[in-house]
Amino acid sequence: MIPEGTPIWLVIVILGLGTFLIRFSFLGLIGDRQLPEWFLRHLRYTSVAVLPGLVAPLVVWPAATDGQLDPARLTAAGMAVLVGVVTKNVIASIFAGGLTLYAMLFLLG
Amino acid sequence: MVTSTTKSIFFKGVLDGLPFLLVVGPFGLLFGVIATEAGLNVAETMGFSVLVIAGASQFTAIQLMVDNAPTAIVLATALAVNLRMAMYSASITPHLGAAPLWKRALVAYFLVDQTYAVSVDKYERSDWSLPQKLAYFFGVVLPICPMWYVLTLTGAMLGEAIPDAWALDFAVPITFLALVAPALRTLPHVAAAVTSIVLALALAGLPYNVGLIIAAIVAMMVGAQAEVMMRPRK
Repeated sequence: MIPEGTPIWLVIVILGLGTFLIRFSFLGLIGDRQLPEWFLRHLRYTSVAVLPGLVAPLVVWPAATDGQLDPARLTAAGMAVLVGVVTKNVIASIFAGGLTLYAMLFLLG
Repeated sequence: MVTSTTKSIFFKGVLDGLPFLLVVGPFGLLFGVIATEAGLNVAETMGFSVLVIAGASQFTAIQLMVDNAPTAIVLATALAVNLRMAMYSASITPHLGAAPLWKRALVAYFLVDQTYAVSVDKYERSDWSLPQKLAYFFGVVLPICPMWYVLTLTGAMLGEAIPDAWALDFAVPITFLALVAPALRTLPHVAAAVTSIVLALALAGLPYNVGLIIAAIVAMMVGAQAEVMMRPRK
């Protein structure tokens, strides 16, 4: 649960505004100008640099098991990655992870 | 050759956007459910999907707020997830940059992963005029973005009713992994992802979730550097 007193609307409005400005940046402000190559090169890796780090602790120390390594969740995560890498299909990967999790939870009781 | 009318190009866009309902729909539903479970009310949940309209960053913000991270860290991390869209903005500008400001602002608001990918791919294989390109873009938007709102709302309504036994706690990690896995298409991408994981775990003890930011910055640099090193010598 999100703790009491978190400024949720502040996060929503600033994140919304900031995201719009990112999308509007070249289209609206900078225009059709060539960017330095090193800058574009770093931009290419922002998603793969942030999301795995965000997800790693959730996989290794799940809150549902009080931070204990959980074979069911670990296997499900592995399956989601495997199917995602092979099929390049986001929905197939989600289903593979979800089904594996349920199967493992069922098998391990 | 018959010249396509602007109207028929709009409907072509609608048709090309339609398959992405299968991606955006479940994702929106899941966001509604997860946000509600995290304690957001319907207005706040919809506020995210309407004002931010960027799924991965919305999940990121929710997760970090649940972890009780400081607001500045929540914002910095969630915005970092969206930085890739600056790239979209840059690459669509040669096509739509001549449109009136209000139309460019509208395009920017709807510039999500799917609308960008479908449109730019099409623009590069056609010789459409500016009005035709705009018509196509908004055609692609039509099945994708409104459904994002509708399914978030549906998820928010359902959220309360879902029992713990469904283990939805793990839906967020699985969704993120599913988003990242197809992006691991080159060695530099894999290097960046591995760096991010290792550092995020090693630095998990640092206060204010600052470990994740450090991990992300280093991982980005590793990815970019790996790309340079792998480039064939001339």
